[in-house]
Amino acid sequence: MTARVGSATLALIVLGLPFASFLLLVLVRPLRRSAAAAATVSIAAIAGSLATAVLVVRGAVARAGGQSPSTTWPWIPADGGPMATVGVMVDDLSMTMMLLVTLVSFLVQVYSWSYLHDEPRTSLGRYYAYHSLFAFSMLGLVLSPGFLQMFVFWELVGLCSYLLIGYWYDRPSAARAAVKAFWITKLGDLGFVAGIAMLWVATGTFDFWTLFQQGSRGTLPVEALPPIMFLIYLGAVGKSAQFPLHVWLPDAMEGPTPVSALIHAATMVTAGVFLVTRAFPLFRLTPDVLTLIAWVGAFTALLAASMACVEIDIKRVLAYSTVSQLGYMMAAAGAAAPEAGFMHLVTHGVFKALLFLGAGIVIHVFHTNDVFRMGGLRRHPWIWLPFVVGTLALAGVWPLPGFFTKEAILAGVFDARLGVPFAMLSVAAFMTAFYMSRVVFLTFFARPHHAGHAHPHVPVLMGGVTWLLAALTLALGIQQAFFSGHHDIGGPAWLAAFSLALAGGGILLAWAMYQGATLDPARVARMFGPLEWMARRRYGLDAVFVGLYRGVLLALARLVGWVDRYLVDGVLNVLSAWTLRAGDRVRRLQTGQPQDYVYGVALGALLLFVLAQWRLR
Amino acid sequence: MPLGAYLTLAALVFAIGLFGVLTRRNAVGILLGIELMLNAVNINLVAFGRFHADLGGAIFTMFTIAITVAEVAVGLAIVIVIFRVRRTVDADHLDLLRG
Repeated sequence: MTARVGSATLALIVLGLPFASFLLLVLVRPLRRSAAAAATVSIAAIAGSLATAVLVVRGAVARAGGQSPSTTWPWIPADGGPMATVGVMVDDLSMTMMLLVTLVSFLVQVYSWSYLHDEPRTSLGRYYAYHSLFAFSMLGLVLSPGFLQMFVFWELVGLCSYLLIGYWYDRPSAARAAVKAFWITKLGDLGFVAGIAMLWVATGTFDFWTLFQQGSRGTLPVEALPPIMFLIYLGAVGKSAQFPLHVWLPDAMEGPTPVSALIHAATMVTAGVFLVTRAFPLFRLTPDVLTLIAWVGAFTALLAASMACVEIDIKRVLAYSTVSQLGYMMAAAGAAAPEAGFMHLVTHGVFKALLFLGAGIVIHVFHTNDVFRMGGLRRHPWIWLPFVVGTLALAGVWPLPGFFTKEAILAGVFDARLGVPFAMLSVAAFMTAFYMSRVVFLTFFARPHHAGHAHPHVPVLMGGVTWLLAALTLALGIQQAFFSGHHDIGGPAWLAAFSLALAGGGILLAWAMYQGATLDPARVARMFGPLEWMARRRYGLDAVFVGLYRGVLLALARLVGWVDRYLVDGVLNVLSAWTLRAGDRVRRLQTGQPQDYVYGVALGALLLFVLAQWRLR
Repeated sequence: MPLGAYLTLAALVFAIGLFGVLTRRNAVGILLGIELMLNAVNINLVAFGRFHADLGGAIFTMFTIAITVAEVAVGLAIVIVIFRVRRTVDADHLDLLRG
């Protein structure tokens, strides 16, 4: 990859358009309340962003050696130069992400218009406002030239995720899922913010370019880099749903399906991978942290894939698949092959958006998420063909992009001599092919459960978007297969055949179990008895979190509550009771009898008189 | 007669007045006690004025008498109003300010 830089001004326009749309929708009430106008504003803004992003990429020029790709302005003034800067960093990484984010955002917003057609007209403006804010935040994140600005946008995308998961806030499950997603990602963010604070204390800068330069020259003035990088990695663990903080992502599917496609598959959840890729020149200096990233990533990939195999909710299958693929990307970064992970991020963003939007169409047709209650769409290739393209891409079938990026990741992990992670990723690849084919067979080709859907109606807009994404997936694959100059991804010679065999094996097994009826699914499940039982219960991880919440957090809250109620309040209550009683006693002095007061005056005067005489003596 | 005799008389009258104020239950009786105490003061003023050959004492006494008249007028008016409202002028029952 030759290093290139793009125009900062154009990048700022890309960033500014969605923000302007968000402000318009939030501030102008009539606009927000009218669905069509709000959607038009938001879609027009993101379309403008997309066009400008294309201009940025086309106008990018080769970067001279040593030239910084960042354009920054001082932000927090302080003695001896600004404490932090803001700006845009337009290099290959951020330009690719910019294209992906604007493209998927645009398609998803168009799709949403059709998908949410039955929603109350007045709440659609809110939906589009959130979408615009999300596009702005995500673009700001990928364009960040420093850790601090990245953290600000990082939290903003977290907020958008919360708002959009809880879009149907009157459903208790959606509200709970939104809070869960917010809290669990915040757990990781604690590490992130502590990490960048420690890095700043040590180096005095948040700027990526400065840090990278110092890192590559070996002049980074940091003594304890591994703990810092570990803390920063924690942020990525939360956002990119790595074990053990992956529990929020499947629940995040309570949001509208297009939201799942955009935020919880294609863009936001990849922010963690993006962070590790972006800061890789620093992670490179800490091999131990990298090894940890690779192990956690591979384990996440395997764990999530096994849970996807037993899930019956189509969106949750896709969610677990996302967790699993994020594990792949992280494993690649951990194996010092961040380019492979990043390529997987980009292609995965396209075909996972395709799969989610395809799932949205299926849900639209069947009005259920349960794959066992679908089927009978064999005669409607208009519906199933794009989904199948996405499935094959995810399973890793030549010549679709998943094949190349997954092979590159496996090669990277193999070359890094990470034997066990390589094995885990291979098994996960097999499972990926299996569970995706299972969904395809059950959803489209199984016998229909009821005859009501002889002519399923799919809005042109929704179908069109999936076809477009399918074509894009195919184009990406063909570009990788025939037009990308070099295939030197490392790894052993048998790797391509091996990964194809894994994909083929998974698909065949799914066919045998769910379509060919040569294997009874129940018997296979019994073969994997305890494992299957545990996967169905999500390995008890949610229970662990619930237990931690109840056992630690609530216990602490009770303790604090007890101290407040009985110690703090107790002291105050006793004091006030004493005051009341004393007041009641003193009150009796006021008899209301004027003569008693005169007694007092007379006795007082007498006392004064005696005192005066006595003093004079 | 020496000054002490006048002062003793004044002190006696004052004590009698104070006793009346403290012990009478009738509001009018209390007012009478106050009158006695004021007149004891007048005796003091006049006696001192006479013995110091200063007219100031007598002049002050004139003022006091005038003010006393006004005070009695107001006091009696209040007592009458209280009687109209409460149908009593007994000091034991006039305890609206009790805490």
